[in-house]
Amino acid sequence: MAGDNDHAGPFAVKDCALVAIATGRKAQSLTELRHNLQTIHEGCIYYHFWGGLLRPRFDDPQYVNDFAVWCHYSLHDDTLAERLAVVDPTDFEDLEGLRQELIEIIDQRLDELERSTWVPREFQFHFIRSQIVVLDTGVTLEAPEELQEIVPTMPLGSIFYHFIDARRRSLQHTDDFRAWLRGCSENYKPVCDCLAGVDPYFKTLTELREQLADALRRAFQAVGS
Amino acid sequence: MTSIEDYAEIVGEDVVQHLRQLAEPLKGLKIVHVNSTRQGGGVAEILDKLVPLKQDLGLDARWEVITGDEAFFECTKNFHNGLQGKHAPMPDSALKVFESTNERNAEELRKILEEADIVFIHDPQPLPLLQHTPNRKGKWIWRCHIDLSHPYRPMWKYLRRFAIQYDASIFSLADFAQPMSHTQYLIPPSIDPLSDKNKELARSEIEGARNRFDIDPERPTMLQVSRFDRFKDPIGVIRAYRLAKAFAPALQLVLAGGGATDDPEGEVVLAEVREEANSDQDVHILLLPSDAHLTINALQRASDFVMQKSVREGFGLTVTEALWKARPVIGGNCGGIRLQVVNHHTGFLVNTPQGAALRIRHFLQRPEVAKEMGRKGREFVRQNFLITRDLREHLSLMVALIMGDEERIALEMKASA
Repeated sequence: MAGDNDHAGPFAVKDCALVAIATGRKAQSLTELRHNLQTIHEGCIYYHFWGGLLRPRFDDPQYVNDFAVWCHYSLHDDTLAERLAVVDPTDFEDLEGLRQELIEIIDQRLDELERSTWVPREFQFHFIRSQIVVLDTGVTLEAPEELQEIVPTMPLGSIFYHFIDARRRSLQHTDDFRAWLRGCSENYKPVCDCLAGVDPYFKTLTELREQLADALRRAFQAVGS
Repeated sequence: MTSIEDYAEIVGEDVVQHLRQLAEPLKGLKIVHVNSTRQGGGVAEILDKLVPLKQDLGLDARWEVITGDEAFFECTKNFHNGLQGKHAPMPDSALKVFESTNERNAEELRKILEEADIVFIHDPQPLPLLQHTPNRKGKWIWRCHIDLSHPYRPMWKYLRRFAIQYDASIFSLADFAQPMSHTQYLIPPSIDPLSDKNKELARSEIEGARNRFDIDPERPTMLQVSRFDRFKDPIGVIRAYRLAKAFAPALQLVLAGGGATDDPEGEVVLAEVREEANSDQDVHILLLPSDAHLTINALQRASDFVMQKSVREGFGLTVTEALWKARPVIGGNCGGIRLQVVNHHTGFLVNTPQGAALRIRHFLQRPEVAKEMGRKGREFVRQNFLITRDLREHLSLMVALIMGDEERIALEMKASA
């Protein structure tokens, strides 16, 4: 699905809610993780990369996707955890490309290891997918400067939808704010650059909202609005 | 009566507005929840809040309770134990009681169930209602609150044939989900921050509870709140207390529990607990009525830290309650406790009475650590385990069910005012 706001018209503010769904697929070793990755619903790849931001989690994650987290905490394979953690999902055209990259990294690690480690049952990896319900908030922005006002009070679901989920939806793999700003005018390039510097993976959505608000305030001040 | 607007102060106005939007496409639908007890236990507590809040959002939601005799509840208690892994063979006669009781209840609830658009059946007690409602028109969802990760296989094999007929099921954790062809949603349960069990209390109310139960305010106090149930391991808690007391003679233990109308095993376990306590004056065993919410609230706030040393646990709402009151938790390393007790952050996960004793000593020697964990725990619950989050996921699930199995569902509607 293309971005909803990647044109120069008004910006429609959406909100969303995620429902997690168990697939029943599990992995108790690296080999099992790899085999499951090959055939698992691509929604699982999405959920385990992005879904974490909308579900219970604690403190700053050391590793930014569930596969890396599992390799660190359950397999105790930090080499693999580090390799998986640096995978940027927006580098790939689609989730299939991302899936192949994950498999490639794991295959490489399996080649290096003498044997695949098994973890106790309670530490197995559960593949989860999700459904996302997208709501129209009824709020539309006419001018980019309005982002400064709206973002600090935006629902967290909106932050997720426009800043995280958009990277999968939009053709440029970017967030909705930047897509809209680019469509409005070249003058907003400094604002886009400022938003590009906000790394969404190490923060809760509340913190992310604060950081975005701060980045927008500073960037619009710099462009003289 | 609490209104949905009352939660804005705790979770933010945007969260409440979000709920109103999600509820919009569900207006006009008849939603029915069915379980087996009106009072006692976490399920009844959740429904007691969830259903009125759905109504406040403009939904036509109701809560029905099936009835049964002692033999029925003996049988369903056995199901509860068996599904959580206890070897629990069931005679055919008990299964006949189970099925006939459900058939009778289906008859009594027929009109409501047939007309419902969405039916939530909670836990195994009312599970066969679906097959006795052949003219149903709605979507039926089985909400399993139990830790189904290691079921006694023959029992699950028997119950599974009822469960697979449902349109969807809900489990608290992915580990509890079982192979079934329908969609299995994952929704952790929640607590209501405005209920008597969790609301802020005046200091006098906390002191009153201490006085009533002879708890010395000058000495450290640990508490476990749970039904007297072997899966909650109250005996293990007493053993951990004894091991720790050797290092902290002033320590007091409060075991506060109540019965539920669908739990006939409680008295037997209570007798075992009393025997294990062996008349220790510092072990306070309190058998409280199921509506003693304010008392439980006061006891949790009167404690320095809280135990939930379960060996099987669906979710463990008592853990959530304690964390919400900024009390760190020493919890059994099982089920939903693992989702809430983030080891070394909101409390400690333990596997044995010895492990629990070690952590008790840690809290007693390092009160500043306990205080910091309590602070983190309250924030963790605010973000993740309050009823507004539960409500949001229920609403999203219902929207998803009526809109189809698409991965991405767009609601074309405007925000309510």
